[in-house]
Amino acid sequence: MYGKGRIIPALIIFIGLMTAPMWYGSGDASKLPNPEKPKGYTECVEDTQYMRTSHMKVLNDWRDDILREGGARVATTANGTEYVRSLQNGCMKCHNNREKFCGECHKYASVNPYCWDCHLQPKEAM
Amino acid sequence: MAILKADKLGVNVAKAPSMLTGAIPKKAWCDTPAIFKPGNYAYPAKKEIHEYHQKNLPQAIGGVPRDWDPEKDDWLLPDGWEQIILQGLKERLDKFRSLKIFMDCCVRCGACADKCHFFLGTGDPKNMPVLRAELMRSVYRNDFTLGGKILRKLAGGRPMTFGVLKEWFMYYYQCTECRRCSVYCPYGIDTAEVTMMGRELLHLVGVNINWILEPAANSNRTGNHMGLQPHTLKENVEYLCDDIEEVTGIRINPTFNRKGAEILFITPSADVFAEPGIYTAMGYLLLFEHIGLDYTWSTYASEGGNFGLFTNNELMKKLNAKMYAEAKRLGVKWILGGECGHMWRVLHQYMDTMNGPADFLEVPTSPITGTRFDNAASTKMVHISEFTADLIKNGKLNLDKSRNDHRKVTWHDSCNTARGMGLLDEPRYVLNSVVNDFHEMPENTIREQTFCCGSGTGLNTDEIMELRMRGGLPRANAVKHVRDKYDVNTLACVCAIDRATLTSLMNYWNPDVQVAGLSELVGNALVMEGEKERETGLRFEELAGKEEGEG
Amino acid sequence: MRILNPLIAVLALVAVALMAAQVPGGQGLIGVVLPYLAFAIFLGGFAHRVKTWAKSPVPFRIPTTCGQANSLPWIKQNKLDCPSTKAGVIGRMLLEVFLFRSLFRNTRAEMHDGPKLVYGSSKSLWLFGLLFHYTFLVIVLRHLRLFMDPIPAFVGALEFGDGFMQIGVPVLYMTDAIFVGAITFLFLRRVVLPNIRYISLPADYFPLFLILGIAITGILMRYVLRVDIVSIKQLTHGLATFSPHVVGEIGSIFFVHVFLVCALMIYFPFSKLMHAGGVFMSPTRNMMNNSRMVRHINPWNDPNIKPHSYEHYEDEFREFMKEAGLPVDKE
Repeated sequence: MYGKGRIIPALIIFIGLMTAPMWYGSGDASKLPNPEKPKGYTECVEDTQYMRTSHMKVLNDWRDDILREGGARVATTANGTEYVRSLQNGCMKCHNNREKFCGECHKYASVNPYCWDCHLQPKEAM
Repeated sequence: MAILKADKLGVNVAKAPSMLTGAIPKKAWCDTPAIFKPGNYAYPAKKEIHEYHQKNLPQAIGGVPRDWDPEKDDWLLPDGWEQIILQGLKERLDKFRSLKIFMDCCVRCGACADKCHFFLGTGDPKNMPVLRAELMRSVYRNDFTLGGKILRKLAGGRPMTFGVLKEWFMYYYQCTECRRCSVYCPYGIDTAEVTMMGRELLHLVGVNINWILEPAANSNRTGNHMGLQPHTLKENVEYLCDDIEEVTGIRINPTFNRKGAEILFITPSADVFAEPGIYTAMGYLLLFEHIGLDYTWSTYASEGGNFGLFTNNELMKKLNAKMYAEAKRLGVKWILGGECGHMWRVLHQYMDTMNGPADFLEVPTSPITGTRFDNAASTKMVHISEFTADLIKNGKLNLDKSRNDHRKVTWHDSCNTARGMGLLDEPRYVLNSVVNDFHEMPENTIREQTFCCGSGTGLNTDEIMELRMRGGLPRANAVKHVRDKYDVNTLACVCAIDRATLTSLMNYWNPDVQVAGLSELVGNALVMEGEKERETGLRFEELAGKEEGEG
Repeated sequence: MRILNPLIAVLALVAVALMAAQVPGGQGLIGVVLPYLAFAIFLGGFAHRVKTWAKSPVPFRIPTTCGQANSLPWIKQNKLDCPSTKAGVIGRMLLEVFLFRSLFRNTRAEMHDGPKLVYGSSKSLWLFGLLFHYTFLVIVLRHLRLFMDPIPAFVGALEFGDGFMQIGVPVLYMTDAIFVGAITFLFLRRVVLPNIRYISLPADYFPLFLILGIAITGILMRYVLRVDIVSIKQLTHGLATFSPHVVGEIGSIFFVHVFLVCALMIYFPFSKLMHAGGVFMSPTRNMMNNSRMVRHINPWNDPNIKPHSYEHYEDEFREFMKEAGLPVDKE
């Protein structure tokens, strides 16, 4: 091999960088987010799996429908429970702790929604 | 052979359907065979020339010395030639990292495609550097890569066949190793390296051209390409001295093979033999006389050029080795090199590695100015333009620029000195010091982007004249631009091959432009001690203000 | 065929992944076994290829000099394009690797009647090439959020910057759009420009389709089909910490995405994509132009190749030389 002195260190650096998540601060994979479930409620506006993947879409659709299309504020769940289509007055009525509910997963997955640029948590609002 | 007139060829290049003019070939390139016909190939080496080289370098010059015809379907190749090529390719992959990298890394982005003067002149897709390399890369993929071995054609592989060999012979002799493509390649892939390897491999099976091997044989035996024997060489230089005497009234008596001289001077033999190189040689003679340089010519090492570069590294080394051998025998301190492109590619990038260390020489120091040429500290060989520029900068030359006032000059950077050495501003400094009227060609055609004369690497043979005129078109076109704009009538350069080939090229495309070596212009401008008033330039041309009837 | 075959190949990969994601154990195979295998082949293959290159020496010092060389002290050297020092070479290589300097020089030649050749600036390949590579890099770095916990600050910063326009929910990453645009450009120029189309091989289209497939599945996953990111991170973070398992309902699209990424990693070391490593080792770029200053050593230089000797020369021409008054060594 010719030029070992440069090529081998370069390869080591390359492999080191590529594998960085495996050896540098990758943390503990068994530590999972544990969003606080609301007490006294068993049903959300859609089924759990849908809410997991698409809650952001639900919020977005509400906003567009109500503000732009003049849609209704109030809706009912599959089981007939009435709820307010609103982040502050709907979602947060049950999920009343932003940190413990939203924050858990958002932090885990490095998601920084801009909801809170405008909206306030219920407690703060009071 | 007779070729189309320039106006006809010009229309042909611009109008005939080709890849360059937007016509897309119907067949894929790998299904398009190379067809040899008169005018599109250089003649194969004569049997005795082939024999001569084979005797000297059996490991590098293979095949059977024979008379063969590229137009025929039987090239009389040695048995098992395919294996010889593949084995040779394997050896070269192991010897040259450049080849391996260049075989593996091309992404076919096409940046090189329209950078090649042969593509611009012929519109032939296989003259796009990328395809020129693919001719070899396809064989490499087929036999040397995992994907190729499994997927064959799907992975772009091709077995080594006679058809492929024909393509190699055609297109590795339609490349002048000018390196222009490598300037633009994002990975620096240098087609010159691929062409060199292609030619080396072709030599292994006895596929070659005479215009390279005969000068190389001459150079080996007599010391120079022209085959000038020692007494003839001396005589030729003395004729030049006669002419100098006629023009300047000064008699110069240069020495040959003189032991104990301080400097050995080596230049391409074309400079003492053929127009317009001889005027350049007259320039050297005047310059050295002017400064009283203690130097000698050599008849043994009387060739700066090295056609081994166009053959294989073995022959290149063998021919080049004479320079140091002669410097050692004569006991000089260092070597001064004349104007030549590929000569300087060899001297700058190969000589010290192949034939050094030159520890019997000293770090070159100009005896006139005391300047030490540290950039040549190891090789101990200095370019005449570096040497002259230093003399001028130190005010050691008495120059009369107006003696070149009959010339409106533009500057041709030779490919090898530009892209294989970086010699760009020294000659410009010299030029600006000896002429009043200098105009650069457009920026995409000069310095590192310069265009080849179209006939380098041993392709300046007459049987392929149309090809040469096509290949030289981009250069000629840029000259035409400054001719039309500034009335340029002189194309100056520092390359012996250029002096020969650009002259043909200018005669063809721009008949009113002459070609001159830089040192000729220096010689014209030099005011020699005790000279008579000059009526003409070194080529007996009238000087400005000395026209008949006025002076 | 040169375009269709690679497209079919990529579509076949998608189909295989879709099917495998449905059968029992298939998700574990694609989500756990394959990524490790592919990553190992990628790293091992990459290192092996570099080692293969390194086994061949660089016999001659052959930089392409793209500017004025180091010469007389009063002549200004172009230290980056014609470097004579290590620092210069490093500078040249940095510009080459990070800014694609050589490609930046690109011109387009046109033949007009006359004949007259005209050269125009041509920066689009440079621009889109650069955009493609940089957006690819940002996208790969953004994915670190799935492999690390806590997530490094620079990853968050990249995400923030990338989603700065706050378009849609989840916010649109600008790099996603630019990336797809750049791939599309690179594909279209291969198809539209006659000479580029002529030189293109299946091996040129395949990685484009494959990478486009990865981009499209990624974009579908984020913006259209949406998947449970927490379950995904459990799997991917598990991969990084050697404790992977597939949990929850992830969605087939994720497995297609991962499958294509693995295909790319496996394909990489055997393909032209190795230009990523090769560019660093290209002798015309990574060498100093100092071959007359310092002797470069060729390990296989053959000492047995000798010049035609002066003695032989004189023996052949002695009489002529004497007659012409040239000095001779032997009378």
